[in-house]
Amino acid sequence: MPFTILKKQELVPTLHRMDIAAPRVAEKAMPGQFVILRIDECGERIPLTIADFDAADGTVTLIFQEIGKTTCQLASLGAGDSIADLAGPLGCASTIEKFGTVVCVGGGVGIAPIFPIARGLMEAGNKVISIIGARSADILFWEERMKEASSELYVTTDDGTKGHHGFVTDIVQNVIESGEQVDRVIAIGPPVMMRAVAGVTKPFGIKTVVSLNPIMVDGTGMCGACRVLVGGVTKFACVDGPEFDAHEVDFTLLMSRLAMYLPEEREALDYKAAEDPAV
Amino acid sequence: MKIKTESKPEKRSKMAKQSPSKRRSNFEEVALGYNRYEAVAEANRCLNCKKPPCIEGCPVGVDIPRFIRQIAEEDFDSAVLTLKSTNSLPAICGRVCPQETQCEAVCVLGKGGKGDPIAIGGLERFVADYEMEEGVTIPDLPSPTGRRVAVVGAGPAGLTAAAELAKIGHSVTVFESLHAAGGVLVYGIPEFRLPKSIVAAEVDFIRRLGVDMRMNSVIGKIGTVDELLRDYDAVFLGTGAGLPSFLGIDGENLNGVYSANEFLTRVNLMKAYLFPEFDTPVKKGRRTIVVGGGNVAMDSARCALRLGAGEVTIVYRRGEDELPARAEEVLNAKEEGIIFRLLTNPIRILGDGNNWVTGMECVNMELCEPDESGRCRPVPVPDTEHIIPADVVVIAIGTSPNPLVSMTTPDLEIAGYGTIVADETGATSKPGVFAGGDIVTGSATVISAMGAGKVAAKAIDEYVRGLSGYENLLNIT
Repeated sequence: MPFTILKKQELVPTLHRMDIAAPRVAEKAMPGQFVILRIDECGERIPLTIADFDAADGTVTLIFQEIGKTTCQLASLGAGDSIADLAGPLGCASTIEKFGTVVCVGGGVGIAPIFPIARGLMEAGNKVISIIGARSADILFWEERMKEASSELYVTTDDGTKGHHGFVTDIVQNVIESGEQVDRVIAIGPPVMMRAVAGVTKPFGIKTVVSLNPIMVDGTGMCGACRVLVGGVTKFACVDGPEFDAHEVDFTLLMSRLAMYLPEEREALDYKAAEDPAV
Repeated sequence: MKIKTESKPEKRSKMAKQSPSKRRSNFEEVALGYNRYEAVAEANRCLNCKKPPCIEGCPVGVDIPRFIRQIAEEDFDSAVLTLKSTNSLPAICGRVCPQETQCEAVCVLGKGGKGDPIAIGGLERFVADYEMEEGVTIPDLPSPTGRRVAVVGAGPAGLTAAAELAKIGHSVTVFESLHAAGGVLVYGIPEFRLPKSIVAAEVDFIRRLGVDMRMNSVIGKIGTVDELLRDYDAVFLGTGAGLPSFLGIDGENLNGVYSANEFLTRVNLMKAYLFPEFDTPVKKGRRTIVVGGGNVAMDSARCALRLGAGEVTIVYRRGEDELPARAEEVLNAKEEGIIFRLLTNPIRILGDGNNWVTGMECVNMELCEPDESGRCRPVPVPDTEHIIPADVVVIAIGTSPNPLVSMTTPDLEIAGYGTIVADETGATSKPGVFAGGDIVTGSATVISAMGAGKVAAKAIDEYVRGLSGYENLLNIT
């Protein structure tokens, strides 16, 4: 049974929001979990973290950036279209409990998955200090939503077009050094950003959690494509994660494994372009 | 016109195969099946034993002499009915069952080395393929019993249980985590050994028995067994042994190192051999090493070859006699030019500065005297370390049960290695919950999983009929 796209919106250039009718997934979804989708019979299976879910409406919200062939093809679909497959919710849910003060960091497209976690932590009675960052103001999204889901919100841009001119790590450092008793940090974004956040919090011994996004195929522990090294032990991000202790993650390995199919991604894009110039 | 055959030749009819030089570069089926002349000739070799041992040798108890006699009489339609009455997946079994260790192993024709046992597998495939060509007929189904059964996992065990239960009149829903039904039949076994169109046709037969198949439904995530028991009278767990084992040696996380599950899933289920027409890529190595000696290792090696690897090497720590793969598949692999480095064990996988695999360091092994269990343990031969270059490595050393269901079902008794404890009927420690196939036994064969599904279906039938209220329900319908 195909899954219908109810809403599609380009939030900022090349970054899209898609609400998909998937009542059973929406009913069970928890912050931090992901889905695996496949567009059509020829499609690959890609994981996307759940950015929001509404059990009453039976919808799951996904945010994705046009990067490879599949995300570009997904971006070409609109409300009323459907995708062949959507499996989830997969992975372990984020630990939501009353920690005290939690810093939530979202970088780039990582702002989307940090949102339901920040909201959940707020509802659990935490003081939530959120920091969201992007390369530039014109590709920053969900600032309002994040403001509502946080006690305090900081914005950073690499080029200074909005908020703090610099990186999210600058604000993480400032918050900690301001004397704020930070009990937990959770960071989602590009691996370099997550590694940098882990580097900032480690000297202070603050428990830091990151959500990893390695390549996956089945997403149920069957293939091991998503192997990550955490504390020297191989874990499968799909079933053991996707969240792990940031201070234990081998980010170098993660980044090298993420780059494994770059030549094939290019080939797939070229093939698609030759076949269908519109996409 | 009747097809004339000589009386009881000692040699079986040979099944045509694609030539090794041709097939090593395509994914089309290797064994081409019997035509009707060959099938009838082969069927005529059957002795029609009074006490046929072959039926005993079949995990699902197919009436083998009967369907073979029907082939000999050229009554193929009756042969279909005979087969289908006990086996819902004959086109699959005819291709992938290890008949040589089951029904054919006990065939009287093969006793004492006088001649070849009758080609039961080949004949089963012939009948099943005949049915597909002629158009599959759906048996008359009994009136619904009103009982509902949930089946978790659409692999060989689950599909068989579902078909058996549907044929009795129970309402069956199958929950499958992947986007296609078939389990290992679609993600594991390659197209050239079991075409996916065959699996799809047999799955379609089960669907037409009235079974509701729900894909993309990961039980343990989208719902628990306890939640299923609220909507269903019984649950069958056929979740398989899907978790890949790794060697635990240095270099296993290098780029280019795959579990056999990942490599085969990309190639088979996701059709990476048709990339970029299909979106899923797989690394096409120039030199591929496959570690392991089972059917999965043979499948991986032969896939790698067909993807275009110039050199494919199987590395296995024991000897030729110990290879767990079917002899036929070992022969096929050898014919295609797969290199076998037996009595060889990996020590570590080597990589370059960019985290890409470049080779594997191995050591020669020798088999010591058999221990109390009768198995010869391989031990390393000192100073025989050597390096085999490779740009793709596939680890095919086995799988263990998937814990997604057991983790979310606290009162289900689990044995060592994560298998679910079930009695000989498939009943688990939890009332109303049955299990069978690799999730109970650890990784085994398609047919043994089907046998377990069939046995459990019988037990489930008895269980749901015993539930209070059944008699009332019968009176209504």
